[in-house]
Amino acid sequence: MADLRSDFIGIKSPNPFWLASAPPTDKEYNVRRAFQAGWGGVVWKTLGSEGPPVVNVNGPRYGVIHGPDRRVLGINNIELITDRPLEVNLREIKSVKRDYPDRALVISLMVPCDEESWRDILARIEDTGADGVELNFGCPHGMSERGMGSAVGQVPEYIEMVTRWVKQYSRMPCIVKLTPNITDVRKPAEAAMRGGADAVSLINTINSITSVDLDLFAPEPTIDGKGAHGGYCGPAVKPIALNMVAEIARNPATYGLPISGIGGVTTWRDAAEFMALGAGTVQVCTAAMTYGFKVVQEMISGLRDYLDSHDMAMSDLIGRAVPNVTDWNQLNLNYVTKARIDQDLCIKCGRCYAACEDTSHQAIAMKPGRVFEVIEEECVACNLCLDVCPVENCIDMRELAVGEMDLRTGIRRGPYANWTTHPNNPMAVRAAE
Amino acid sequence: MSQARLAPGVVPGRLTPHELAANFVDVAPPMDDHEARVAADRCYFCHDAPCVTACPTSIDIPLFIRQIATGTPDAAAMTIFHANIFGGMCARVCPTETLCEGACVRTEAEGDPVEIGALQRYATDGMIAGGSHPFRRAEPTGRRVAVVGAGPAGLACAHRLAAKGHDVTIFEAKPKPGGLNEYGIASYKAVDGFAQAEVDWLLGIGGITLRHDQRLGRDITLESLRAEYDAVFLGMGLGGVNALRAEGEERRNVLDAVSFIRELRQASDLTALPVGRDVVVIGGGMTAVDAAVQARLLGAENVTIVYRRDRSQMGASRHEQDHATGSGVRIICNAAPVKVHGNGSVVEVEFAYTAVDPDGGLHLTDDRFRLKADQVFRAIGQRLDGVPETLALNGGKIGIAGPGRTSIPGVWAGGDCAAGGDDLTVTAVAEGRDAAEDIDAHLTGRPVEIPG
Repeated sequence: MADLRSDFIGIKSPNPFWLASAPPTDKEYNVRRAFQAGWGGVVWKTLGSEGPPVVNVNGPRYGVIHGPDRRVLGINNIELITDRPLEVNLREIKSVKRDYPDRALVISLMVPCDEESWRDILARIEDTGADGVELNFGCPHGMSERGMGSAVGQVPEYIEMVTRWVKQYSRMPCIVKLTPNITDVRKPAEAAMRGGADAVSLINTINSITSVDLDLFAPEPTIDGKGAHGGYCGPAVKPIALNMVAEIARNPATYGLPISGIGGVTTWRDAAEFMALGAGTVQVCTAAMTYGFKVVQEMISGLRDYLDSHDMAMSDLIGRAVPNVTDWNQLNLNYVTKARIDQDLCIKCGRCYAACEDTSHQAIAMKPGRVFEVIEEECVACNLCLDVCPVENCIDMRELAVGEMDLRTGIRRGPYANWTTHPNNPMAVRAAE
Repeated sequence: MSQARLAPGVVPGRLTPHELAANFVDVAPPMDDHEARVAADRCYFCHDAPCVTACPTSIDIPLFIRQIATGTPDAAAMTIFHANIFGGMCARVCPTETLCEGACVRTEAEGDPVEIGALQRYATDGMIAGGSHPFRRAEPTGRRVAVVGAGPAGLACAHRLAAKGHDVTIFEAKPKPGGLNEYGIASYKAVDGFAQAEVDWLLGIGGITLRHDQRLGRDITLESLRAEYDAVFLGMGLGGVNALRAEGEERRNVLDAVSFIRELRQASDLTALPVGRDVVVIGGGMTAVDAAVQARLLGAENVTIVYRRDRSQMGASRHEQDHATGSGVRIICNAAPVKVHGNGSVVEVEFAYTAVDPDGGLHLTDDRFRLKADQVFRAIGQRLDGVPETLALNGGKIGIAGPGRTSIPGVWAGGDCAAGGDDLTVTAVAEGRDAAEDIDAHLTGRPVEIPG
């Protein structure tokens, strides 16, 4: 049976599933329940400086996007960092870590952007027994207005500066949590690396307004008739997170920098995808907030099943898809496929036809008796028909063999060739005359 | 336990008021908002959807379901009512499993169609309960149309004509409007006076005058209507009931199923309604099922439907048959009545098993059996009654060409009284509506609107 034990920058955990710094990890009671349920690690909800704690709103903190049957697809939150006294949090962290020495316990931190504040907080957490720190440079709401969170994460120079302070004043492993609210995620990752970060974690939440109340004309969640943008998370953000993780994993400047993947991890499969793109551990919040802590048990059994059935160790999975993430100009322009409809599986809904006829290439014929057939002469292999087909495996994309005629172009399929050498590319690289 | 539960003969009060109330609740309770959205989400929004093709009124089903899914049930209701003003009743009585839901691609995919009927009820109930009528009449045309019969065909025709600015007078033989919606379907399919509420709401369009106790051939004649009105639509249904043609069918307690259903629907106190202990229903259509099931619900101990052909040829849909058997009704196929035995009142019915001739006809075999019966319902079809002799008939019904045109200029017909239909409410609605379009085109020269 596959071994799921994880050693992430020296932080050991029985499995790679950690709870992200977020509402579920705000206090001892919840974290104990999480560990009892089987979570491998927890990033404790962000601590701030000593002094009067932050204040949260007393109205709704969350907005939500529902799918069919009120399935939670995304949550937006305007909750700030912990609003409990620092001493209470520190006492509880120490207590939990003492009882769960095998679990990872990382403390998330966010204090004002000056050296003294960081030195002070690092001194305060030193004897909690925690395994590491995560620098919250990501939260996009509230604290960012005060020069913290994503306000730091959006300026690579600040990231580098603060990370350096942390490494100077603490011997703990240091994870820098990145905000997605930037144009190029490689820059803050490079800055973290320059500052001496042991790892990055991403993504934090995305600036968002989940919906607008069409009676109040106010964004949700609405506080006394007004709303402020919150941070968006959950299954809806996963594609954005996967891309950002991959960008860092394949960037030569940050190659090999450990990554803790965050963003919509809901099942073992989501976790495995993050890991294939280079994440050593994954962090989860929305799935736990939606279903409770027990979901980790499915993630553990699922990942184990997958690794066993593929005869892989976890280390074989981590980063395995990174070499296949490339730039568009490297894609094989001589790779030709054609949609193919299995008439035995077709239920004759006609969605492929509507999609192709109205919005694509008029490459599906609707014949008497509601028989839908691909017109290969028109099919560009966009695969929209397959995407909208409600029946699994009813439509597939048949790959043409090298040498086979493409009926659309009248050209036989050639060997690998990409845009860099394509005759239509004015910048094409030409072989020496 | 009620004293009369096992009493022989046809007696009232077999069940307690409490039991009767429980038995006659809504057979398919309405969906709530969440159920409707979940059910609506299953619709694939098919291209040129098979469900629409299967609907005699061509309701744009994918569109109305999408309107429910997006939280606008009133918009969904309007999509339905534009095509079918009786969308509320059709949602309750349509054999959806052989129409829209039978054609649903999810039936093919997983044997479990989108619940189109229940969704249609969800959308339409809200608007009808709201009371206000959503359609506005066009500018008055000054034209007057007579409609005979205030059933689904007549009212659908009248509504469409009124919407186009014509003034309509409906002549109805019975004291209440609604036709079979009011008098001819099982009471658990349209509880809480829905049929009358729907007609009241429909008449909210204005321009329709309803005259009761006006029977064609008794109180009015086709000639007088033709003389007085610019057009006439005949939608009076089928007034006669076919005979069993079995010896002794004149015995007491051998009754018409339609009468039983009508009396039950109109009864204010079900405990006063008599029913037999051993009930036999002869026939294989919806009427047979409605009578048989309701006899059971009133407390009959043994109820048997006897049909002369096999199960697959019954007029009642499979769903209806299952409802009957699930209610404790026994269904015997391939048997026909030959003699009603008794002494004044029926005591037994003698049947002969049937066999199919090479030409598809039936003959009686010598294999016979008897069923104990203190009440027998005839449900072997209805026939046209009191039709003017001047009208050409086709197969015993009023012959029509195209959208309801009869052999007499200026006279249209639709619904059960007209040839070619399938005796469904939804078909009657479609025929009434389409005849109205044709009448309008005839009276004004305006083009016919595409149904829906």
